[in-house]
Amino acid sequence: MSGMYRDRVRGPKKRRLSFQRKVQLAAAALFNGYAAGFQKGKIFTSGSKALCVPVLNCYSCPGALGACPIGALQTALGAHHHFPFYVLGTLMLFGLVLGRVACGLLCPFGLVQDLLHKLPLPKVRVPKGLDRPARYLKYIVLALLVLLLPAFLPSDTGVTPPLFCKYLCPAGTLGGGIPLLLADPALRSVAGALFSWKAAVLAAILLAAALVRRPFCKYLCPLGAFYALFSRFSLCRMELDAHRCVQCGRCESICPMDIRVTQDLSGPECIHCGRCQEICPTEAISRSLGRRTAGEKNGPEASK
Amino acid sequence: MRSALRTRDSSLLRLGLLVLALVFLGVGLARGEQQEVLAKAVRICLECIGIG
Repeated sequence: MSGMYRDRVRGPKKRRLSFQRKVQLAAAALFNGYAAGFQKGKIFTSGSKALCVPVLNCYSCPGALGACPIGALQTALGAHHHFPFYVLGTLMLFGLVLGRVACGLLCPFGLVQDLLHKLPLPKVRVPKGLDRPARYLKYIVLALLVLLLPAFLPSDTGVTPPLFCKYLCPAGTLGGGIPLLLADPALRSVAGALFSWKAAVLAAILLAAALVRRPFCKYLCPLGAFYALFSRFSLCRMELDAHRCVQCGRCESICPMDIRVTQDLSGPECIHCGRCQEICPTEAISRSLGRRTAGEKNGPEASK
Repeated sequence: MRSALRTRDSSLLRLGLLVLALVFLGVGLARGEQQEVLAKAVRICLECIGIG
């Protein structure tokens, strides 16, 4: 333990609702503020839906006030067949300013995973040998399902469906599919094999979230993958003061992304949730704007 | 020294990417791409909810 900070060691702060949870709840309410939509079974149809939100929030969720950037990206490539200047520019701005802060603090599906992980069920740590390669899956999902296949897959109609949304996205099923089907008997009557598939995918991811911390963010989310590519350049950063760090390991044990906090803080896998900052007994971890942590690594090596 | 150079390179790249993002956004807005996003987002996406 570093001598001069030995006396400053304090126990973890006791709070009813963490900073992360407050921001997550506020963001979920903000992005899904059309509460009447859930009652009516209708989606919001005003001009704000031309704006992409920085998170995976289905635009067919009855409450959604903005557009899902991943859905919009696939539509530009697969339906309109042009380079997605507007959506890509927006996503790059989000990546450069927020980076994966969007995953840790703003994403409603991240909130769902965090809450599910609080269920009193046995917790599982994915073995390193499986965890590390599996983290590359989200980049494959981004490249194949979101970018390449919508852009280049031939289609009889000339419109390639949004493949990620259609076959994989759990946020669309949870936020859009289930509320709309509950509210609209006509939609219920046409739900078939595809809905069963999507419901099964959602159930598997939700079950995994109860056992493993943030499985969708670690392994499958294409938006997280996109932001991870920008982590090196993101203005929002987490900083570690090595002189204050006493190597107690609390930060690494609480990290939902299982990163080596003392070595790879603010790397591509760090979602800036701030739990390490809250639990650090010497206040060695802080948020900052613009500065770059020395010694950071890129890629899934940032995980343990 | 190497660390300082890396930080400077990183800042330059960040600035370059920021300019590129703003150019993309400007071109997209000029082409009216936001209307395409709006048109998609105000209709229920049947694929997204697992119907079509």
